[in-house]
Amino acid sequence: MMDWSAFFLSLRLATLVMIILLFSGLLIARFLAWRQFRGKELVEALLALPLVLPPTVLGFYLLIFFGSNSWFGHLYQEITGHSLIFTFSGLLLASLIYSLPFAVQPMLRAFESIPKNLREAAWCSGLNRWQTFLKIELPLAWPGILSGMVLAFAHTLGEFGVVLMVGGNIPGETQTLSIAIFDRVQTFDDQSAHIMSMVLLIFAFVTISLVFLLNRRSA
Amino acid sequence: MKGLSLQLKNMSGIPLDLEFTCAPGKVLALVGPSGSGKTTVLRCIAGLFRTDEGFIYCDDWTWFDTDQKVFVSPQQRHAGLVFQNYALFPHLNVRQNIEIAFTAQSKTSVTELLSLVNLRGLEERLPSTLSGGQQQRVALARALAREPRVLLLDEPFSAVDQVTRRKLRLELLELIRKLEIPIILVTHDLDEAAMLADQICVIHNGTGLQIGTPEDVLRTPSSALVARLMDVRNLFEGVVIEQNEQNDHSLIAWGGIEFEAPFQRPFPRGAKLNWSIPADRVLLHRRVNPSRGVRENPVSGQIVELVTISGITNVIVSLDSSPETRLHMDLPSHVAERNSLAVGERISMSLLKNAIHLMDHSHSSSR
Repeated sequence: MMDWSAFFLSLRLATLVMIILLFSGLLIARFLAWRQFRGKELVEALLALPLVLPPTVLGFYLLIFFGSNSWFGHLYQEITGHSLIFTFSGLLLASLIYSLPFAVQPMLRAFESIPKNLREAAWCSGLNRWQTFLKIELPLAWPGILSGMVLAFAHTLGEFGVVLMVGGNIPGETQTLSIAIFDRVQTFDDQSAHIMSMVLLIFAFVTISLVFLLNRRSA
Repeated sequence: MKGLSLQLKNMSGIPLDLEFTCAPGKVLALVGPSGSGKTTVLRCIAGLFRTDEGFIYCDDWTWFDTDQKVFVSPQQRHAGLVFQNYALFPHLNVRQNIEIAFTAQSKTSVTELLSLVNLRGLEERLPSTLSGGQQQRVALARALAREPRVLLLDEPFSAVDQVTRRKLRLELLELIRKLEIPIILVTHDLDEAAMLADQICVIHNGTGLQIGTPEDVLRTPSSALVARLMDVRNLFEGVVIEQNEQNDHSLIAWGGIEFEAPFQRPFPRGAKLNWSIPADRVLLHRRVNPSRGVRENPVSGQIVELVTISGITNVIVSLDSSPETRLHMDLPSHVAERNSLAVGERISMSLLKNAIHLMDHSHSSSR
């Protein structure tokens, strides 16, 4: 049977990650595309790290970092009154970090491909920075931004290792669709695993086709 | 004070050290080799680059002044800048590209601007579907849409072919007469500068070397470096033998002969100097019935090359007094034909005294 609770949890998580990464991704990508500063390569490498790091490694460190023994986990618990581990908030925060490069990389490439003198031409035409962003940068970088959003969404929907490490497997709180599939296979419920896997497969195919289509159109 | 006046000094990064003024309706061309800082000067005027020191005044408006700590943003300056590659917004059509630069007070329309730059009927096209010349016109229209206080043109013809370039230059010349604002033109094309500009500012490594009319800069370059940058063909080294201010007389030794030049300014006797003479001020002696002028600084030699371009024949002569020296002489081509000039022929010429220009000596200037 389809686990709707896990399905909607995954959807909620992926949507939130996508929206938050849209704004933070835009800020980070624009900053990296046009600013030169010392250690820029290091920052870029750090941002891209989740692309190559085993999810269990990232999950393990996040687990320690979120735990009440770390200053961050402790501070969070002091302020909010609950822990980050095995909660939806912790899952969200972990997913944001894990999916960040998937959102930022396409956006960064898109902003980098806008020639500097187009922005200067906009300024000389009387457009302030905000108008330049809305009227020039955004329309030109749009395919890249959309790619970043779609990738962040799809990637969050399918993540497993980080979720399991940080969120565990609590139905209704942290059990996402991919965890639910794993759970069903463990209990020899192949029928349910089939249905849920098919949903994710179709979804992944549709999103990745969309990304390719967008890139084709912008090229 | 009307027009644009500026003084820029930059020590760090891109070196700059120059000053000039440009009156409304006049064209000042910044001329120099690539990398000399010409474009940076335009960027300073547009507000896209700040120097360590200096000022930029446009009419009575201070755009930039390091003493007063004033910096007006590019948005507020109303400087119309035409970028070298035009920098049109690729996602906007021609009309939108121009409209984006309109202010609330703009009195002109897209149609008016497009007819001003001779481009109509392409309002709905995207820049990528336009030719280089059409893109240049759109960029010009966009720059004019803000009713700019100064027009800045960065190598405006570098991205178009030769035929289009000639046409666009003539159009620009016509447009310039209608505009009552200072126009600063960056170019490395000396003919372009001479054709369009009222004044030329020669730049080298960010330093303004000489400002003057194209005629002045070409005929009386302030140094051998300026002469070289302006591609003065007859640039030579000589030695001062004697000078006399009353008689406006200088006697110069050069490659085994002596010739007379104007006094101009005192040089130490025996000093090395550079001198130049415009190629059209070298006078050919007629073979039959030589005229009286033949006694003025006569030189003779053998023609090694003859090149005719649009009615002017450039004759290159190897001199008898020093065969490795090449003297350039420009003649109307009918004169070259009537005197049946040909490679290998021997001819004699006069160096017109008043056309000779003396400069301080600089190394590696002999040709």
